[in-house]
Amino acid sequence: MEPILQVKNLTHTYSLGTPFERSAVKNMSFDIQEGEFLGIIGHTGSGKSTLIQHLNGLLKPTEGQILLHGKDIWSEPKKIREVRFRVGLVFQYPEYQLFEETVYKDIAFGPTNQGKSGAELDHCVREAARLVGIRDDQLDKSPFELSGGQKRRVALAGVLAMEPEILVLDEPTAGLDPAGRENLMANIRHYHENKRRTIVLVSHSMDEIAQNVDRILVLKRGGVLMSGTPSEVFARAEELLSAGLDVPQITRIAMALKRRGLEIDPAVYTVEALERQINALRKGGAAC
Amino acid sequence: MAEIIQTQNLKYAYPVEEDEKPVLALAGVNLLIQKGSFVVVLGHNGSGKSTLAKMFNGVLQPTEGDVFVDGMNTRDESLLLSIRQHVGMVFQNPDNQIVANVVEEDVAFAPENLGVPTEEIRSRVDEALAAVDMSEFTTHAPHLLSGGQKQRIAIAGVIAMAPECIVLDEATAMLDPVGRQEVLSTVHRLNREQGITVILITHHMNEAEDADRVIVMDDGKVAMDGLPQEVFSHVDQLRGMGLTVPDTVDLLDRLRRDGLDVPLGALKVEACADAIAAAMAVI
Amino acid sequence: MLKDITLGQYFPGNTVAHRLDPRTKILLVVLYIVALFCAKSWGGYATMAVTLAVCVKISKVGLKSLVRGLKPVLFIIIFTGVLNLFFTPDDHYLVEWGVIHISQAGLVRAFFMVLRIMLLIMGTFLMTYTTSPIRLTDGLESLLGPLKKAHVPVHELAMMMSIALRFIPTLIEETDKIMSAQKARGADFESGGIVQKAKALIPVLVPLFISAFRRADELATAMECRCYHGGEGRTKLHVLRYAARDYVALAGGVLICGFVLVLRQFGL
Repeated sequence: MEPILQVKNLTHTYSLGTPFERSAVKNMSFDIQEGEFLGIIGHTGSGKSTLIQHLNGLLKPTEGQILLHGKDIWSEPKKIREVRFRVGLVFQYPEYQLFEETVYKDIAFGPTNQGKSGAELDHCVREAARLVGIRDDQLDKSPFELSGGQKRRVALAGVLAMEPEILVLDEPTAGLDPAGRENLMANIRHYHENKRRTIVLVSHSMDEIAQNVDRILVLKRGGVLMSGTPSEVFARAEELLSAGLDVPQITRIAMALKRRGLEIDPAVYTVEALERQINALRKGGAAC
Repeated sequence: MAEIIQTQNLKYAYPVEEDEKPVLALAGVNLLIQKGSFVVVLGHNGSGKSTLAKMFNGVLQPTEGDVFVDGMNTRDESLLLSIRQHVGMVFQNPDNQIVANVVEEDVAFAPENLGVPTEEIRSRVDEALAAVDMSEFTTHAPHLLSGGQKQRIAIAGVIAMAPECIVLDEATAMLDPVGRQEVLSTVHRLNREQGITVILITHHMNEAEDADRVIVMDDGKVAMDGLPQEVFSHVDQLRGMGLTVPDTVDLLDRLRRDGLDVPLGALKVEACADAIAAAMAVI
Repeated sequence: MLKDITLGQYFPGNTVAHRLDPRTKILLVVLYIVALFCAKSWGGYATMAVTLAVCVKISKVGLKSLVRGLKPVLFIIIFTGVLNLFFTPDDHYLVEWGVIHISQAGLVRAFFMVLRIMLLIMGTFLMTYTTSPIRLTDGLESLLGPLKKAHVPVHELAMMMSIALRFIPTLIEETDKIMSAQKARGADFESGGIVQKAKALIPVLVPLFISAFRRADELATAMECRCYHGGEGRTKLHVLRYAARDYVALAGGVLICGFVLVLRQFGL
């Protein structure tokens, strides 16, 4: 099957031709499959933000290509706006972009730019609000009256309302408390499961990535360091740690147990899985 | 041991429109914070933890009750300057607390306000920057630094007042894991080496691992108060308040329910692994 | 695009140009501007250009970054040049083509005017590039000190100015971010007429203002927490003191200014 999005030999250099010249992304290539939940992790400065702004054509590659359904998104520069509707990008702290008088109008900004109107527009707005758990009676309120967590949901709905084929989220839970983080991620997982849409989640938090995605892309200094399923990636935990990246706390406990001579597979990243392994060991141990 | 901060039946309600009923953000808080201790205050958004922080140096005035800083009542306006010099604050957004375009000038801001003589400002600035390990950035422009570095500058700006206590009001919330670690190890070092009292307000449970004391706020009240291992052993109660527990405690809790005899208090990865390995060896 | 604006930027360094007292630098820039407007002919302009070149060399500020500072005012420079080029009356013209007349006097005048604006801007920028905004406002505060007696809130104004300068890069970055975010929702800032373009800015300006107010509010609290209580009883990390180099620099400035005036007398 053809990937929905391909990044081919992407390089982006800021301030080209000045003393401040600096490549944030260097010759990076990877594919995103349709319907996939992809996690991208890396340090600040690993090129994450530069990369994702290429996926919807906000930045133009210095070299290389971005292919959406096999077609270079910059083949017709005048139609780049189309790409932004198809690849929805939610920035960090998106609640700071809200500007309209009502929640409804703010969510409607994207789809209106898309040319939607009337019943179609209304449907998109209400559906997006429903997906992120904004109630009907909140739609007529000013977005500035809402709590921080709710504002963020409205901003997310503003992108969902464009019905993008791919949803790219940059640190969607930054600054939220544990319950807020979990609720928002549950909304996003739910959206992924019901709509079967492709999602790209960028996060600092290994735990958050591990618990949600199908595949992880680890970035380092503008290139791809690793790519694979969570168990494949965390099986290389030592490598991640020496690259200065975190691994989930559960993986670290498993590694520590293994060092203490217990037969534990350290490529584990959920509490449930480690619990199962330990219980299996106990039963095995008791049998001896 | 003497206390640096004391609150007595502290209540606070944010001002509201005339027709609305005031809601208590703080509903009777009684606390004693010991000098030299490292206290972590946990709570979900809206639990009152940030409001509490702002009472500690008179940014907010109590609606009812009193706050004493080193014996000084924050209601007494003539003492406010001295109170703020005793209790320094670091806030969430690093960009919105840096006043100057050059690191050293920003760190000098508080001593300048306090009328410290020029030569002493110089030595205070240099010492404060050394204390947060940012000496090499003395003449840099703060807006080009990373989030963690900016927060360390903000901490240096507070240290330069020679305070007894630093309150970090969700100062790690906007940082990446590296930045968060930088800030945490900085304040732990200040607490250890200079005996500065640290009150760290956060909703990252893992930041409480090394605290002397954990206070959990809920509904404007102190819901729990004790050693980290005591507080985190109440797994269900914490979850009920919209908080989580570290994965170490979560795992130990599950294993206990499965019938393995492990203590809940092992918060850190190594301690947790030790506890499990020990319990497994018994089998 | 917005990142090209270099106003209020400061490049730290430790050259003589950096170490001069900010008051000296402000006075020198004033002298420089006076001299620039007195320069009438080749000799005067050459003196000014050489003076600037020497100062740039001393300051070790790259010429490139100075020239980049001209970008935002490029339109004004071109406009002035064109205006002087085409509308300087003369007896005979080098080029006469329809309504377009170009005379030799026009050429020279256009050249001088463009040079004057460029030198003026680069000279001023050299000061802001080599002086931290806080020192600059300290300098202004000190120079304007006597106005305090007339109840002009000099300290407050200086503080406001230095904070404004501090937040320029932050707000520029923020504007870029908000524009990108709205573009990601299909906002179109490029097409349409003036009215449409202005309308398209609402989704940027509203969040920008809200954020600026929030920042101001938080900053005010943070300043209070750091014991700020107005200018009374404040001391300084950097006390302004004239050193020998300041007297030398000022004397040099006066000499050059005088020299240009003399040249003017002789029509050079």
